[in-house]
Amino acid sequence: MYLNSIFADPVKLERLISIAESSLLPLLKGALFYTLPLAIISFIIGIILAVLTALARISSLKILKGIARFYVSAIRGTPLLVQLYILFYGLPNLGIMIDPFPAAVIGFSLSVGAYSSEIIRAAILSIPKGQWEAGSSIGMTYSQNLKRIILPQATRVSIPPLSNSFIGLVKDTSLASTILVTEMFRKAQEIVATTYEVLLLYTEAALIYWVICFILSIIQQRIEVRLDRYVTR
Amino acid sequence: MISVKGLYKQFDKLEVLKGLDLEIERGKVIVLIGPSGSGKTTFLRCLNVLETPTKGVISIDDETLDFSNPISNKRVASFRRQTGMVFQSYNLFPHMTALENVMEGPVTVKKESKDVVRQRAEALLNKVGLGDKLDYYPFQLSGGQQQRVGIARALAMDPKVMLFDEPTSALDPELVGEVLKVMKDLANEGMTMVVVTHEMRFAKEAADEVLFLDQGVIVERGKPEQIFSNPKEARTKQFLSLIEK
Repeated sequence: MYLNSIFADPVKLERLISIAESSLLPLLKGALFYTLPLAIISFIIGIILAVLTALARISSLKILKGIARFYVSAIRGTPLLVQLYILFYGLPNLGIMIDPFPAAVIGFSLSVGAYSSEIIRAAILSIPKGQWEAGSSIGMTYSQNLKRIILPQATRVSIPPLSNSFIGLVKDTSLASTILVTEMFRKAQEIVATTYEVLLLYTEAALIYWVICFILSIIQQRIEVRLDRYVTR
Repeated sequence: MISVKGLYKQFDKLEVLKGLDLEIERGKVIVLIGPSGSGKTTFLRCLNVLETPTKGVISIDDETLDFSNPISNKRVASFRRQTGMVFQSYNLFPHMTALENVMEGPVTVKKESKDVVRQRAEALLNKVGLGDKLDYYPFQLSGGQQQRVGIARALAMDPKVMLFDEPTSALDPELVGEVLKVMKDLANEGMTMVVVTHEMRFAKEAADEVLFLDQGVIVERGKPEQIFSNPKEARTKQFLSLIEK
């Protein structure tokens, strides 16, 4: 019905095309200035957190282990949306005001840190014990062993699941719309509010997410090929 | 140069080493033989503290570790640097080329300059017959070649003692010879070596002394000719008759 009425009415069709065109730039700006920076910054901080958490989990210090377990459990056990609400709408009750963008970065970083720590922990544990021993046998300390021998190999193993996390994160940034970050999805909502073209705008936003994620998968493949140069296929 | 006194090692309730005493002189090649589970590999791994002995004292030159007391990681690392280890499964670093594998210890651990180390590493790889494989990754090398890189990697740290843990057990039969040859060359150059192996030929040709371990104790020790042709202990006789079939 909807499509019939559009194609039967050239005026309506033209209006739609012009809205689609004029909304493209604001949406792309939202993606370029908010969605991608939000995803990239949060991912970098998140991965640092994840490595530290993974190392704490495999360390022999009970206290470190406990803290890491608690953190992972709290973040994985609660919805990301609720965490963002607590950070942005809840903390002001304690007098802690955080701007939308930093609040989103904190929320997403903590989330990436918790989920990816499990990926990194598994990747570290997947490296054979003989590699640690070989490092030790040429006199390496724990940290030298980790930096030179274990983490480079664990990186290769963890690229596919970490790419998954990153692509998931790019899409999750749309949740930041709820705490007033004017990323792509919020831009789409704003345009919908003035044009009422719900299907058009949200489909347009969806397509842009898809294109971004498609490009990311290609980058992932390139990285995998590069890191696979030292293994048989 | 190596002295072991009252060495015990226990894994949970299983006592693997039951009070070993041993002196090894500089430049000697010692071969450890014994049935599986006899503790020979554990003993070797205690010598560079990959396994921490339950109690006992190990000295190499003037460094002594007494395992009755807790020992700092730093002292363990320093003690370990006196020994080079060659593993049954090579354990090369798969993300590094042959050359990088050999350079890794001197560059990362001893902080030597890359240029100096590179020359030495190339010379070592030449010595083990791999001068034309410097830039190959481990997966591009045969087992025998990988194990020779492993030997070069250990030698790059200028160890006082080389420890070999069944270095040819994972190899196809036709590749065993090339690794044994490198080991014999090392022995002839006067390297102090402790070797766990099932290669009786190597023991006969290169060992100064053969130790037969069983159930965590040294059952018998002696010159290879004596152990192989005229073993005194019944357990040694039985073991040798089993492997010589």
